Amino acid sequence: MADPIKIRAQIQGDVTDIRVLMQHPMETGQRKDDKGQTLPAHFIQTFTVSLNGKPIIDGQLNTSISRNPLFTFQARGIKAGDRLSVTWTDNAGETRQDDITVA
Amino acid sequence: MLELRRRLLKGGLSAAAITPWLGGGLLVPTTVLAAEWQKPAFAARTINDALKAYGSTSAAESRDIVISAPEIAENGAKVEVEVRCNIPNTRSLAIFADKNPMPLCSAIEFSGPALPYVREQLKLSETTRIRVVAKTGDGKSHVAFREIKVTLGGCGG
Repeated sequence: MADPIKIRAQIQGDVTDIRVLMQHPMETGQRKDDKGQTLPAHFIQTFTVSLNGKPIIDGQLNTSISRNPLFTFQARGIKAGDRLSVTWTDNAGETRQDDITVA
Repeated sequence: MLELRRRLLKGGLSAAAITPWLGGGLLVPTTVLAAEWQKPAFAARTINDALKAYGSTSAAESRDIVISAPEIAENGAKVEVEVRCNIPNTRSLAIFADKNPMPLCSAIEFSGPALPYVREQLKLSETTRIRVVAKTGDGKSHVAFREIKVTLGGCGG
């Protein structure tokens, strides 16, 4: 089971910083293990950030995003009490969804 | 017999009534709303192929896309890049690393209250040029570049 997504929203006036940490190995498919076997690629392909159930950010990623991807986004007009949720799906079909209430 | 026929007709009708809703995406759970991964663009091995697959070969260079990144990155496994686009009606930002084995790193779409801004960490295989392609609502593409020197490549990481 994939590790939880950490989501932080920091309201700074009108603009809110949304920080999302998706815990994932993001294996490139180019690395080799001790025995010289290539480790298969394993990485997040798509993710969606939703505000109160409505998608506002839709991302597609490649293997060239660092391990445990950390993203910062910005959005206008987010208020305390709003729901932010993040979902990702990787190339192995694994998926994870977490949400927070903006404080 | 008549009763059965009636029921079948009724059943058939309700199924037919539901189908268009499924097609319209109204009953699809939120988890599958994300657009399908654009394999041709992401799997492309050269920057030109990636740009072609992403559909932005004719992008005009713009000073309104601001890229912040270190000039020299010691560890190519984690290079933080910040992009802010000041072009009105920007819908998406795509980040390419010209010399990476697969140049397209990420493509992110913004809608509603989301601002065309992203900060993320890339793996860079070697010293390379980063390019950010911004697509606007009118279908135009804009591009900006930035050089990043890498002392230790990030392919192994």
